[in-house]
Amino acid sequence: MAVLQMQRISICALKKERKPILEKIQALGLMEMNQVDQEAAEYGFEKQDTMVMRQGFDKSVSVIENALSILDNYAPIKKGMFAALEGKPLVKDEDFNECVQTREKETLKAAEEILVESKKIAEYKANLVKLENQKEAIKPWLPLDVPMNYGGTLHTAMILGSLAGEQDEAGILSRLAEHDIDPEDLEINIIHSDMDATNIVVFCIRENETKIEDALRSIGFSRPSNMISEVPDVYLTNLNKTTSELEDKIQEAEGEIKVKSKYRQDLEYISDYYRLRSDKYQVLGTIPQSTRTFVISGYTTPDGARAIEKSLEKFEGCYVEVEELKEDEEPPVLLKNNKFSESVEGVLDSYGLPHKGEFDPTFIMSFFYVFFFGLMLSDAAYGAIMAIACFIVLKKFPRMSSSMHKNLKMFMFCGLSTVFWGVMFGGYFSDIVDVVSSKYLGMAAHPAHIPAVWFTPLEDPMKLLIFSMLFGLIHLFVGLGIKVYMDIKAKAISALITDFSWYALLIGLIMMLLPSGMFRSMSNMNFNFSPVAVTVSHILAIVGLIGLILFAAADTKNPVLRILLGLYEVYNITGWLSDVLSYSRLLALGLATGVIASVVNKMASMPSGVLGVIVLIIGGCFGHVFNMAINILGAYVHTNRLQFVEFFGKFYEGGGRAFAPFESNTKYVDIKEEN
Amino acid sequence: MLGSNMGLVYALLGAAVAVFLAGAGSAIGVGIAGQAAAGVVTEDPSKFAKVLIMQLLPGTQGIYGLLVGFITLSKIGLLGGSPAEMTAFQGLLVLAACLPIGIVGLISAKSQGQASAAAIGIVAKKPDQFGKAMLFPAMVETYAILSLLISILAVNAIQI
Repeated sequence: MAVLQMQRISICALKKERKPILEKIQALGLMEMNQVDQEAAEYGFEKQDTMVMRQGFDKSVSVIENALSILDNYAPIKKGMFAALEGKPLVKDEDFNECVQTREKETLKAAEEILVESKKIAEYKANLVKLENQKEAIKPWLPLDVPMNYGGTLHTAMILGSLAGEQDEAGILSRLAEHDIDPEDLEINIIHSDMDATNIVVFCIRENETKIEDALRSIGFSRPSNMISEVPDVYLTNLNKTTSELEDKIQEAEGEIKVKSKYRQDLEYISDYYRLRSDKYQVLGTIPQSTRTFVISGYTTPDGARAIEKSLEKFEGCYVEVEELKEDEEPPVLLKNNKFSESVEGVLDSYGLPHKGEFDPTFIMSFFYVFFFGLMLSDAAYGAIMAIACFIVLKKFPRMSSSMHKNLKMFMFCGLSTVFWGVMFGGYFSDIVDVVSSKYLGMAAHPAHIPAVWFTPLEDPMKLLIFSMLFGLIHLFVGLGIKVYMDIKAKAISALITDFSWYALLIGLIMMLLPSGMFRSMSNMNFNFSPVAVTVSHILAIVGLIGLILFAAADTKNPVLRILLGLYEVYNITGWLSDVLSYSRLLALGLATGVIASVVNKMASMPSGVLGVIVLIIGGCFGHVFNMAINILGAYVHTNRLQFVEFFGKFYEGGGRAFAPFESNTKYVDIKEEN
Repeated sequence: MLGSNMGLVYALLGAAVAVFLAGAGSAIGVGIAGQAAAGVVTEDPSKFAKVLIMQLLPGTQGIYGLLVGFITLSKIGLLGGSPAEMTAFQGLLVLAACLPIGIVGLISAKSQGQASAAAIGIVAKKPDQFGKAMLFPAMVETYAILSLLISILAVNAIQI
């Protein structure tokens, strides 16, 4: 129901029992560390540097994490669609400890081996790419049946190289003729020719070699940069052989990794184990220690303090002290609410936890939240689907994270509220009953109809608009009421007078508005107040107005400025007006759900006959799922907005720091403590 | 023929204006937010669900437009196949009633798209501030809701 009280707990014990005590506190997870270094330093306590140890653990964690992600790559395990909801499995601490004690080294070695194998695979793959490039490069030379760097015989020279572009023998000869080369002096073999290049081999007498090569160069000839000393065909075969060898090696390495997948569970355990140790050493590094003793201090709740005290009883020479917080301390915030209200804690958390001494609005907000959400969605069928789906998921995955659990529970309650409002307004997939009965059950003249228990908003939107604003006004007045409560607690007299002035002014104004012609024409409601009530309304408004002008800026010394600031506060009446108008979204979003659902029904029921039934079912499902999704999103966003902007705007600041206990912060498993 | 039922033409024009302007606005807004969302997902695919919700926020104006369009169509009897007889005056009334959601829908959806894109930036850097980030685009939507309200009330109030 509120923000839990925090106490400071200090534990002083012998150093030889440091490890089990720290582990116990970590396993309990009830205490947020906040050391008293300065006082301790005066008595000669010092801190131990645990940085190196921690880095060692963190490194092990990252090695195992890498190994696990490699395992996921080569030996993936199937995960269900709802894997994210399943949460961490619960493991007995004896199993966990057994794994840690007997298989720590082995598992870490397996992780390193996985990394080595994966590195090898990466290397092989890089080599494969290189080989592919070499194969590409040799392809144009394949018809050549001597090694590329074959220079020729004693009297004959072989000149090998390529010319740019596609060329034929006659063309080359004629261009060479321009450089005074006799075609009789050489023989040209075209090995390969394509758009980019023409590979040629030229034979000539040794004496002419330089002259001919110079001439060739002048028409764009060049020797290949990489001369291969093998016959290209043989070379390619060798490359292919190396490729297949590499591929085999990759297979082998992958096999090695796959074999290691039996270590997966151990890897996860050990990873969590190092994580726990790293956290522990982080705390250890902050604890003041003397030669034989150490002191731990931090925040906890009274219940937590009792639990910690009890579990530390068995340690000899361990002294626990619990004391109230000092005035200037800013304690962390932990909320405690009943099973229903705690479901909206996530919403409050996303705005900000209450700061020191602030009221926890979760309990009051939870009712309005569920109420408004249902009003915005207001379709019994949608609400039922939502509530049932959330309920099934909640029952099926009991080990999901607690914040997820709370959120789903919130949506379940919102679903129930939606069912309630759907029944009130007669919306069941909007008008599906009317549509089906008139079109498919032969009741066109008198379609079956589930009447609204209260009224149908589309037929009388003004009525719902008025009620939306009424609900809004109640919401806002409750918010102001919380401010009154907080001002009473803080004994802020002038703030209290301002709050009550607002009540008086607003109630007075509303009483004056109700009997007016404008309101009557809008709402068709007749309010006839007796003359006494009219007088009362005038008095209330005037008293409120004066109260605001005089007390809104009571701390200002300058009387003129005080009055001016007071008048400015009165200007805030426009803020109230826009706040109340903002609740018209309750009507608008409710109508949107209903009307779009009826559009879906109308479209899905257009074809008739057997085909019509199929279209109705498929189209109806598709359309309603879409409508539901978009309107649940809308209802969620706008309910949040009404809480955050309109409601919280009246009294709430937030800005508290969440309680972050020293606990077993694991990634893969939850360890069950055996006492 | 045309002159005798010009009112129906005006009224249908109203429905068209509501759907077309608000829908176009939403398309622009969702597009703007979608570009930002796609950028975030290239960096961190795990934020997909969160940024998708952000991207959808400016999509509601189109739905409001559809809503008013639909109410108008059923009001003038076009959906039932028997269009109502109405004067040009009545038709113009319907057209005027449809204007708020059309015009405000167009402008607010575009602005909301920009606010959504900025909010997606918050989610990219501080995913735990999702609740607050969502609120900024939702602020813009208030005005679309107000205009929707006036459009619905006005269409409903016109006597045909």
